[in-house]
This record gives sequence, C-alpha cells and structure tokens, in this order.
Amino acid sequence: MSEFRYLPVTEEDRQEMLATIGVQSDEDLFSDVPEKIRFKGELKLEPKLSEPELLRFFNGLAKKNISTSEYPSFLGAGVYEHYIPSVVDSVISRGEFYTAYTPYQAEVSQGELQAIFEFQSLICELTGMEAANSSMYDGSTALAEAALLSSGVTHNKKIVVSDTVHPEYRQVLATYAHGRGLDIETVPGTDGSTDLKKLEAAMDDHVSCVIVQYPNFFGQIELLRDIEEIVHGAKKAHFIVASNPLSLGILTSPGELMADIVVGDCQPLGITESFGGPHCGYFAVSKKLIRKVPGRLVGETVDEQGQRGYVLTLQAREQHIRREKATSNICSNQALNALASSVAMNAFGKQGITELAYQNIQKAHYAAGKLKESGISVTDGHPFFNEFIIDCRKPVSSVNRQLLEKGIIGGFDLGRAYEQMQNKMLIAVTELRTKNEIDQLTEVLGGIIGD
Amino acid sequence: MTNQNQPLIFERSRKNRTAYSLPELDVPEKPLDEMVGPDYLRENSPEFPEVSELELVRHYMALSKRNFGVDNGFYPLGSCTMKYNPKVNEYIARLDGLTHIHPYQDEQTIQGALELLYRLQNNLQEITGMDAVTLQPAAGAHGEWTGLMIIRAFHEANGDFKRTKVIIPDTAHGTNPASASVAGFEAVTVKSNAHGLVDIDDLRRVADETTAALMLTNPNTLGLFETNIQEIADIIHQAGGKVYYDGANMNAIMGVTRPGDMGYDVVHLNLHKTFTGPHGGGGPGSGPVGVKTELEPFLPKPLIIKKQDGSFGFDNNRPQSIGRVKAFYGNFGINVRAYAYIRTMGGKGLKQVSKDAVLNANYLLKRLSDHFDTPFKRICKHEFVLSGSRQKNLGVRTLDIAKRLLDFGYYPPTIYFPLLVDEALMIEPTETESKETLDAFADHLIAITEEAENTPEIVQEAPHHTVIGRLDETRAARHPVLRYRKQ
Repeated sequence: MSEFRYLPVTEEDRQEMLATIGVQSDEDLFSDVPEKIRFKGELKLEPKLSEPELLRFFNGLAKKNISTSEYPSFLGAGVYEHYIPSVVDSVISRGEFYTAYTPYQAEVSQGELQAIFEFQSLICELTGMEAANSSMYDGSTALAEAALLSSGVTHNKKIVVSDTVHPEYRQVLATYAHGRGLDIETVPGTDGSTDLKKLEAAMDDHVSCVIVQYPNFFGQIELLRDIEEIVHGAKKAHFIVASNPLSLGILTSPGELMADIVVGDCQPLGITESFGGPHCGYFAVSKKLIRKVPGRLVGETVDEQGQRGYVLTLQAREQHIRREKATSNICSNQALNALASSVAMNAFGKQGITELAYQNIQKAHYAAGKLKESGISVTDGHPFFNEFIIDCRKPVSSVNRQLLEKGIIGGFDLGRAYEQMQNKMLIAVTELRTKNEIDQLTEVLGGIIGD
Repeated sequence: MTNQNQPLIFERSRKNRTAYSLPELDVPEKPLDEMVGPDYLRENSPEFPEVSELELVRHYMALSKRNFGVDNGFYPLGSCTMKYNPKVNEYIARLDGLTHIHPYQDEQTIQGALELLYRLQNNLQEITGMDAVTLQPAAGAHGEWTGLMIIRAFHEANGDFKRTKVIIPDTAHGTNPASASVAGFEAVTVKSNAHGLVDIDDLRRVADETTAALMLTNPNTLGLFETNIQEIADIIHQAGGKVYYDGANMNAIMGVTRPGDMGYDVVHLNLHKTFTGPHGGGGPGSGPVGVKTELEPFLPKPLIIKKQDGSFGFDNNRPQSIGRVKAFYGNFGINVRAYAYIRTMGGKGLKQVSKDAVLNANYLLKRLSDHFDTPFKRICKHEFVLSGSRQKNLGVRTLDIAKRLLDFGYYPPTIYFPLLVDEALMIEPTETESKETLDAFADHLIAITEEAENTPEIVQEAPHHTVIGRLDETRAARHPVLRYRKQ
C-alpha cells in the first residue's frame, strides 16, 4: 500500500522501472549528487496529516481569523469586499482552466486564449484604452512596470508621483525604481488630492511620467483634465493613471482623459480579499505603446482553414525570446484571477457595472452624510467615490478596537501611512453595506468619538 | 477538424439581459452630478456583454472544453512541473476564514492567517536550508528579481558599487537575464561544456570583482545535476559574489540535498510548480525567497514573526530592507495551498516526491533514448532533453512532433529550449504520473518517430483532431487584433 495518495508508483512498478533503466536502486539515480552535500536524515518538517486531520487543522487556523463575512467591514484602502456572483467560482473551479499552464500550444488552449482576449477587451472598454495585456501580479507591480515602460521609452529618469497614490504602490515603485536607477519625486497632496501647483513645479524636461490615482487613495476623484494638461505640457512625459476599475462604471474613463497608460487591480471585480492576494493587476495602453507592453498579449488570427482563433502574440517583447532585452521579466501572471474578473464583468454586464458603481457612490455618500450629521468631521475635498476620510480625534487603532467589540471592522488607520494624518480614518462603503450597518456604524462611532 | 466557431461573449450579447442580482438600494439617492460633478461623469456605460446567467455558464463551459489541463491528461511540459493539483487544497483555500479576510485588519483578528504564513516560512527554510524566508514575491520571476535586489543591497551596504554583473549560464530560463536587467545588472553568459554542465574554466574567466552574483538552477535546465556545484560556489564566493538558486527545478532534490548545503546564498521557490499551486492558465504563482543570515537584513518588509507572547505579527522595523516588492503580503491563497501540500506530504513524503519524479524521468528517458538523439549520456534528474535532429533530417521538425502529440491527447513537452540543443524537446513527467501513463506516452511518441520515417506528411500537417488547426502567428503579430470591437 502506498502511503501517499498523490504518488502512483508502486513498489512493483519501481522494480520494473529500475530494471529497465538498468540500475539497482533509486539511490543510484542520485549518484551524481556528491556525498558532501547530501542531506542526511529526514527534513524536519511538521508531521504529515491525513485528509481529515488536514481539514480539521486548517479549519482551526481559519477560525482564528475574523472574516469580513462575519463582521460588517468598512475597510478598503485598495482591497474591497464586494458582491461576487456565484458563477465566478464555478467557472474558475473547472480543472480545464485552473490546472492548465500558459497557453503556449494554441490548438489545445483556445478556451484560455479566448477568455484572455475577452479580458483584454473588457479592460479596454472600461479604461477607454486601445490595448490591455493579459494581467500583472497586482496593481502595485502594474504601476511600477508602467513607470519602467515610460522611462524606457522616453529615456528620462525622473518619475513624478502624487502622494495620494496608494502608499504601498509607491513603496513597490520605489523598489523597482532603485533597481533601474530611476529617481522619484513625490508631489504632496492638499486636503486629500494632488496639489496641482506643486505638480506643475515638479515638471521639467527630464520627467518620464506622472502617476496619479483615480479615484485616489483617499477615494477622491482627482482633476484628471487639469493634471493631463500639466503632464502633456512637458515634452515627452507619459500620463499614468492608476484606477479602481469598478469606479469606471460611472466615471469618465482615463482613456477619454488622454491617459497614456492605465493600471490598477481587478480585485473589486470578482476577486475575494484573500488577505491581499492573489489579486489581478491590469495594464492598458494607448495605441503608440502597444509594442512596449510588459507580459503576455493574446491576439486574434486565423488557422489554415481561415477559421478564427487566438494566439499569444508580439512575443518578441518577452523574456523567453528577448532575455535581458525584454520589456519586463514577468512570466507567470495572474491568469486565473483575470478569468475570475472577466466572468464577474460579464455577469454584471453593461447595466450591472454601472449599477454596482452607482450603489457604491450612493452608499458612501449616505454614510458620509450620516457621520457628518452625528457631529463627526468628514474631510471636505474633491468629490469622492466609495471612500472618504473622517477625523477620529483619537488614535484610530483604539477606535477600531472599540468598533471590533461591537462587531464592526472599522476603516484604515491613515496615520500608519501618512505621518501628518494621525487620528484620521479612511472609511470604505461598498454596495454590501446595508443602511442598517451604516446607521449602526454612525451610532457606535458617534459614541466612541463623542466621548 | 471539428471546429465550431466559438462566438465571443460580446457576440452573444442581447440588450437588457443580465446575470447578476443586487439588493435594492436602501439609502436615499442623490443626483450623480451633485456627487461627481459633470466633468467626470461617464457619458456612456462600458460596452460590457449582456447575457443571462445560463448563457454565461454555457459560454465558459464551451471555452473550458477547448482547453487542456493536468486534470485532462498528461502534461509533460519541461521546466513547469505540471503535477497534480490536489482538490483538498482548493477546498482549504476557499474556507471563509482564509478567503474573506482583509490585509489591513487588526492583527488580533488575523492570527490564523499569520500563523499559517509563519509556519510555511519555517517549513520552506528547512526544505531549502536557508535561514530566513519572505513570502512576498508573486511568482518565480518576481522572486528572482527580489533575490537579486537583495544581493544588490548587500553589496551596496558594503560600499561595493562595482558589482554590476550577474553571471547566467547559456542554458538558463529567459527570466534569469530579464530579472537581472530589471534589477539594474548586466547579464553575462557562462558557457556550458560538452556534458551540459557549467564550463568551470569559462566561469573562472568571467568571475571577477564586477560579479554581483551567479544565477544557477540545480539540476540545470537540461535536467542534469551540476556535480561541481561546490567548486562553482567557491569560485563565485572567492570573487566576492553571491550564488543564486533558481528554484524552478526544486522538484528533483527535496530531502536529497538543499541549496543551503550546496553553497547557495539566495533561493527562490516556485510554489506553483514544486508545491502544487495550480498554474491557473498562466498564474497566479508564488515565489518565496530564502536567504542566508548574512542577507537577512535586506529581505523585503514586512516579515511575519512570532512575538514573545506567542502571538504573530509583522516586522516592519527593517532599516536595511530593499523595501516592498508587492502590495500586502504576497499571493496568500497560493501560499495556503502550498502549506496544505507540505502538511499532506511531510518530510518523508517530499523526499519520496523527488525520488519518484527522478525515477519517472529516467524511465521515460530510457524508453525513448533509442528513438531520439540524446545529447547527454547520463542519468537525469526530474526532466530531460531530447533532440529531434534525427527527425529533422527526415523533414519533420520538433514543432511538428509536438503538434502530432496533440492528436493523441497529450500536451506537448517544452520545445526549442534550452537553446543549445538542436530541435530540443524538454520532458518533465513529474511524480504524479503512473507507469502506464508513461508507457502509453512513450509508445505514442515512438509511433510518431515511425510516422516521421514512413508518412512524414501526417506529422508535418498535424494536428488533425483539435478544434482548430495551426494558427497564423505572423499575421497576429503584423496586424495585431488585441480586443473585440463592435462591428
């Protein structure tokens, strides 16, 4: 009897196979590993578990967490709890999809290739851009790669980024920029949006790109029309917009506002929070940048009979062909999550994507109004989508702990990321929060802050 | 050929159909232009398809039938370790308490998630023989770049700014030189010798005071163990560089030898290869990086730690860290699956995995070695490379052989890689395949070599039984159509 259910080779098989190979034992198959570097004994790992034990163990770990389906959550800051149609998990659970690899052999990968082609098309529709790739690791690396693309194309080393861009995205950008020897200038914000005067002051002929977020990290809708004029007023600079794709159900697309590259994370559309990953970065560009895009692209073509089909294309950009001259080192991406997101976008359809965005903005504005009514200070800035800033007048961590005692997961502690924003909380309100939950938050928060 | 032209989801769209259901809005509504302002209100909704739920399901069911995964059949794609993806892992990764948790929740509400990651870190340290592990990188190439950035930070911390070069064998994965380039290094090639191993003399020639690191997978991409690995590591260390282990081929050596014991300083693992994270049609993966103590201060932040009171938390106080390489904490869901796999197998089981992977590869190599040119006459590890040069002389290319395999229900091996083998076929059976599967595959491949001799056109014109024939790639690249447009 085999001890391991994933290993089919029996002792009888083993003897036959060794005889065919012409060796005595399977140790002989490792005779090329020098004695000195052999690992002696057994790896000291945690003991192995049978399937029932495994389930019990992981259920135990899962129960040590409080999930956002148990407690109403007002946490956002880049990751959101949204309605995910059940059909999404049903589709991505198909073994044909999730146990396949990158569709290199197109004839037996038409399903995946077509699904990616549809994903690319959906992202183009949403962002108003000409082309989108098949996905990036997440929004943060998509943003960093966008900056690398710009500096490569413009041969400029200066990246200008607004500090209203997600702080962790900017940290990732900084790591990538250091690798490529690029400089970052961060433009401060005022009342939660980019300071346009300071942006103007940062512009010069060495700027490769300007990066803003729309809606920005604080939920505010940046003045992209004004920013675009400033950016494209400079010689070669690219205008890079990071965008929550859900918001584009009601907001003017960055493409229409003349963005050169649009990036972001599809997590709000069909992907669970999953403690921060796997999510799904998207990467969309204007026509002139198509051949500079990082990662995989799927294109339409025909077979010998003239039948329509799909292939990986423009591969001369990629690492497996161009090696050190590739536009990026990305190989594996987030294909299955891109599929999840596609299924969700298709389930929502034209009407649903708009209604979903509409419910988010309505509920967030209702919540902001309610909190204001109860005497809590809400930052007045530019219009916002589904997130806004409140002043807790005391440490957010303690406020959140008190909320937790009442069964509510509070908002993001902005003091964690912005020195000058101690006591400020970023509240996200999605379509999943009911009026009752919002009213309850207002009441409890009023009690805590009003003390 | 049995193609029924598969409509795009956009082409199935009919006005006013939907496949979602939201509750009625239960808060008082405000006019949109009051909230957003007219300048930023979208005039037209995105042209998303409008389909009912059943139509949506049928669409994706039809697409799934036009796709091939490990669940469908043998998938000996060299270098990708297409092993079985356990169902229980999928179940576990979907547990409510592991799925619906937000990365910014209070630490005390995510102790289970942190404990899981902490335990996984420890297991990976033991498996690789490294002293510290980060789980942040999202995939193998991301791990490579992270590891190189760590090495770069180490040299810079020593005031050593002359180390601008990373040495990479000519057989390496394309991600190696690409990652070196993204990390700001120049890629320098070291040649392979006639035995398919790193040419030691050439390595001595290229290793110098400008060497930041050597990147080397072991076994290498030819499936051969670099027997001189200690000498190789010594040469690099004496030159002042670091030795980087590309963990793509870890499936061959678990419990047999460890990168940390071979002289490596940094290692990345592909949890979606060796540790059963499903490949997902191209991702998501997970590419943890392990390092020796000397490099530990430079790991990305935060690290997951166990505190003195026994609870788990984040260590952000890492002044020498290279910074963040990804938002949040990595591809958690894939890390969950890998940990479930490690707990299923245990130390003894993982060693058995590598033994069986190597046994399967050698058996298949033996069965095929009379029918193909075998560039290297020695035992292989978890994969091997054949040359189709004999068939090429008959007018049948390796590409044709790969396409003919499709007709028999196999996903073909990796082809034309590594570059130094003419008409290469790179075959990795993995340990989760049975002897019957290997025998049947060998029989079919041998039958194809006979066809190449007797009826070459059958092979040259393959595939014959797929939903679509060979596609015009030149046209796709010359006139890119990358999205649907309404006619």
